[in-house]
Parts: sequence; structure tokens; C-alpha cells
Amino acid sequence: MVAAMSTRRSLLCGLALAALAAGCSKSSAPSGAPAAGASGAPATGEILVGAYFSLSGEETQFGKDSQEGIVLATDQLNSDGGVKGRKVKVLFEDTKSMPQEATNKVRQLIDRNKVVALLGEVASSRSLAGGLIANAAKVPMITPSSTNVEVTRGRDFVFRVCFTDDAQGAAAAEFVTEKLKKKKIGLLYLAQDTYSSGLAKTFSEAVKKHGGEIVVEKGYQKGEKNFRTHLDQLMAAKPEIVFVPNYYSDMVPIAQQAKEKNIPGSMFLGGDGWDSEDLLKGAATELEGAYFTNHYAPDVPWENSKKFVAAYQARWKREPSSLAAQAYDAAKLLFDAMGRAKAIEPVAIRDAVAETRGFSGATGTISIDKDRNADKPLVVVQIKGGKFVYHATVNEKRP
Amino acid sequence: MSGLLSALLNGLAQGAMIALVALGYTMVYGVLKLINFAHSEVFMMGAYAGFFALAGPLAGLPPLAALPLTIVAAMAASSALGVAVERVAYRPILARSGGGKAVGSRITPLVTALGASVLLQNAAVLAFGARPRSYARVPINTQLVIFVTALVVMGALHLLVSKTWMGKAMRALSTNVEAARLMGVRTSRVILFTFALGSSLAALGAVLYCLDQSQAYATMGQVIGTRAFVAAVLGGIGSIPGAVVGGILLGVVGELTKLTSYSGGQDVLTFVVLIAVLLWRPTGLFGKGGVEKV
Repeated sequence: MVAAMSTRRSLLCGLALAALAAGCSKSSAPSGAPAAGASGAPATGEILVGAYFSLSGEETQFGKDSQEGIVLATDQLNSDGGVKGRKVKVLFEDTKSMPQEATNKVRQLIDRNKVVALLGEVASSRSLAGGLIANAAKVPMITPSSTNVEVTRGRDFVFRVCFTDDAQGAAAAEFVTEKLKKKKIGLLYLAQDTYSSGLAKTFSEAVKKHGGEIVVEKGYQKGEKNFRTHLDQLMAAKPEIVFVPNYYSDMVPIAQQAKEKNIPGSMFLGGDGWDSEDLLKGAATELEGAYFTNHYAPDVPWENSKKFVAAYQARWKREPSSLAAQAYDAAKLLFDAMGRAKAIEPVAIRDAVAETRGFSGATGTISIDKDRNADKPLVVVQIKGGKFVYHATVNEKRP
Repeated sequence: MSGLLSALLNGLAQGAMIALVALGYTMVYGVLKLINFAHSEVFMMGAYAGFFALAGPLAGLPPLAALPLTIVAAMAASSALGVAVERVAYRPILARSGGGKAVGSRITPLVTALGASVLLQNAAVLAFGARPRSYARVPINTQLVIFVTALVVMGALHLLVSKTWMGKAMRALSTNVEAARLMGVRTSRVILFTFALGSSLAALGAVLYCLDQSQAYATMGQVIGTRAFVAAVLGGIGSIPGAVVGGILLGVVGELTKLTSYSGGQDVLTFVVLIAVLLWRPTGLFGKGGVEKV
């Protein structure tokens, strides 16, 4: 931090970081971007990396978690001497949880700040918008946590460090049929949502491959919170487990209404949309014993994860979320690629990112495949005693 | 068979709750000939008022004492909000547009109503955040409570409208505002009363909804508001028994669609029912005939 304050320009950013470090909970001013201005990084100065996240609006928490992970990774890098002897500075911009703002902010970071690489976003809709601009401008971008398959498809400069929805559906199916040995499976999903219905589809295809059977399938309408009839219909088909790939906000009423019908929590299996403190607050006892596939759990038994959790707790005084861990990995992987790149310029960095194999991150060992997606393990988390507890690792190889 | 029966019972409870909200749309339309789109947001604010009452000052009380007080608090907050919306957003516009005679006088208040709805919804996101707030669980059979409460309230409303002076005044306004005024009815007071009454019914529906389905969130008014509005139109907007029947019909049809494999497209089937009924009776089930341009 002190070392970063050598020029007036970085002083502004330093202040922004200091505000963050102080645990300032209101939306932090998105860096000193306007002052960072005109000329682009000289070959010997700081390396500028752009980051765009939802630092305000509906998904503020997503953006702030990611920002904390990136700030931690950047500080660690700079205190170890930076990349090729140069410090890295990450300029944060706020997408206000809107895709059109993602477009504007990415354009601004590229045209005005001349960043050499980009990190962002969480939501697939905003990564799609930002990725379009980054790809056209030939600036490499890594999304920490957008799982939609389309985000990286056909875009040579867009990468991700998380698994895709396809990989997740396949892994969940493998876990249920092979590890839990349950073959008669029910399905409940949000019909109008790409994530939920897409995951339901890849899951049911994979279940059939593993010799399982979808005995009942129910979609529900967006905004519906009365699931009693759905639950009756599901249970009438006597499934051994029900896969519910939705968001935590819908899962709370589902779990509570299941409890009324004496359906145990272990009857349910979910996806990474369940990963929220709010799920535990609303329905921890109702979901006791339930599993879900996720990117990460704070208690995974991996060396790198433990180091990350310790460093994160020391810095931010709380447990890291999956989003923080993924953002940390995205930044670390980018810095690692910069170190290997022939030159610190966008195209060379892009090539180095594409060549990443066996990178050890906080969320597991990551290789970038030919489609620019991450080949990495998935974690199965169980809800136990009111907490998310690491259960198993599934490493489904994509076809 | 038991699946069908429990879906029907679910549908009755769900429909009774929709009917409570639909009454607000229909009553305001009755006196003002205005679709009060902000009503769905009054419903949502009622849910939040109930949430804060239940989580805050009433947290220590036994559930059966806390519940009625929560409902009272939510009804008070919502009727204040409903009255405020009328005072700030509708009355000045209606007064300037010549009480319904000037050109475009129906469109302007309608757009204002939409604006008020958007404003209130965004204000809720700002004030309470976008995360759903989980209601405390009260150990009662919520479905039964919803149904019984709704029936009692609707009975009381029927008595109010048919037997009291205020009810008579409301009916007078819905027949002819000018004539009612000439006969000495203080129309502005009747309008305020209508807003307060409709809003408190929405708040009652909101608290019951949240106890049953657990969460208050800023966009909840859209889902229930749309269904309630459709119920009001289905029953014949302006007609109180129409709103009740429309709400229950919609609730039951909605639950029955969940038995089919089209459960994800519930509202599609709901709207098919609406169109079918309107083709058969363009003014809705209980609507009065007569040519009127909206």
C-alpha cells in the first residue's frame, strides 16, 4: 500500500484501497479512474488492469466479494515485487448491476485507461456484454464466476476460471448416481430462467447416461412462492432425491413448505445458485442434510485454499465467499500469465492465459482448455448443523 | 385424487388472498374509474411493514398475540401509503384534468399510476435492499387462516357497502360522481376512505401471503398485483363480488395448472382463462353492461 503511493495518480487509488481496507461498507468510489487518465501505461510504470463489477445495485454483494478477492491478490503480488519488476494496479469500475453499464465501463477502461487486461463480471448477462467489447478490442478478459456457456463461446479473448453450467449438471448427475447411488430422481426448476432450466436439462441428460431415471419433472413460474402442489406432485412419484437447480431466494420457501409435509432436507440437491448466507438464515434446519454442487467451500482440504482463507480472514475479518475465492483465482491466474507473457501487452497476455495448465488456485487446480473454459474440480457441499460443510470433490471431465 | 383435492384447497387459499388484493383494484375503479397500478406496491409495502413489526417491536410476544398486531400495523402503514398516493399523485391530476371530461383525462392518471408504481418499487429496493426478507415462522395452519380471514373480511365489506352510510356514498360515487356531489356527498372524503380501505385489505393479504410463503421482497407486488388485477377484470372491474369470485377462480385455476406438465407456464393458462371469459362476457363475470369508453 505505501509503495503504491509514489505518484499523485496512484495516491488517489491508494486512498480508495485504504478506504476498502478500513472495511468501509458503503460503495467504495470506483478508483481514481478519471484522474488515471490519458496516456496509457509507460513500459516501466505500473501495469493497469481493469475490473468491472456490480459495486452497487441489486447484486452489490457479488461485486464487493469479488473486489475483496482481487484486492487481496493484487496486494500479495505487489508486496512480492509485482510482475517483471513492475507493480500492478487494478482499476475498479461499477456496473451498477446493469449490462449496459458493463458495456460502458469496459469501453472506458480500454479506451481511456488503456488497461492491458480485464477482470469481470459475476453475472453472465454482464460478462456477455463486457466480453463483446473486450473481444472486439482484443483485450483479454477473465470472468471469475460467469457460468453460462455462451460467455466464452467464439470469443478468443474471453476466458473463465469457473466451471460452466454444462460441467456442473454433469458433475451433479455423477455425484447422485455414482456416489449417493440414487437412480430415481425428481426435478424441480424455474422454467423462465436460463440458468435453472439449462442446468436441469444438462443434469437430466447426464443422469440418463449414468443409468439413472428422471421419474418426475416440474417447472415453476418465476415469482411463484407457493410450492405445495409442486411438492405433492413430486413426492407422488416417489423419487429418491430431488434436484432443484434454482436460486437460494426460491429455495427458502420450498424448504419451509417441504418441512410442513415432513419431507427431509436430505431429499434435496441443488446447484451453485444455493450458495448464500441467506439460505442458511432462512432454511438451515429445513435443509439439514441437503447437498449442492459448488465452486468452493471455505473448509475444502486443499493447501492453497487454506492459505487463501487465512489471508482473506486476516485482511477482511470474515469468511470468504465462493465469489471472493474465484475472483482471487482469476486475478492470480492473470498475474501468473502476465509473468509468462513475452511482453506486457494485450495479445501476448491473451496467449499466455490460453496456455495456462495446472495452475494451483484457491478453488482447485485450473487448466484453461481450448474453449477458454476452466478445467477444474467441483465441490459438493452439504448443509450440516446450520453451516455449509465440504463433502466431496467431483472432477467430471468435459466431453 | 388426493393430489387434486389438496390442489383445490391450496387454490382456495391462494385465491382468497388474491381476492383481498383484487378488492382494492375494483373499489378504486368503482369510485374513480381509475386503475390504481400502485396498488400492487401498496401490497408490497404492507408486507415490509408486517415484516418490520414482527421482527422488531413484536418479536418477543407469543405468536398468537403478535399476529393480529402485525396485521394491524401493516394495515395502518399501507392505508397511510394508499392515502398519500391518492393525495400526491392522483388528486391534483384528476382535479386538473377536469374531473374526467377533458381530452386525455383517462390516460394521464393512468400513466401517473404506473409512475407511482415504479417509484414505490424502486424506493423499496433502495430502502430495504433487493434481498428477500424471510418472515418469522408462526405455528398456525396458514392456509386455513387465510381462507377464514378472507371470508370474514369479505362478509364485513359486503355489510359495509350495503348497509352503512359510507357504503351508500361509495355506491353513489360509482354511479355518478357529479350527481353524488350535488346530493351533498363529500366526494373527496369518500375517495380517501376507499383508498384507505383498499390499501388495508392489500396489507392484510400481504401479511397472510408472507406468513404462508415466507418472504417479503421488493418486486413481490408485480406477481400478485398482476394476478389480482386480472382477477378484478375477470370478475368485472368495479364489482365487489366479481373481485372475490375472480380471485378464487384464478387461484384455483393456477393451482390446477401445477398438476399438469405445463406448471412452468402457469400464467399462460391463467390468461387463457381470462381471454375465454372476456370473449364470452366482455364486461367480466359480474360486470355491468353499458357503453363506456376507457
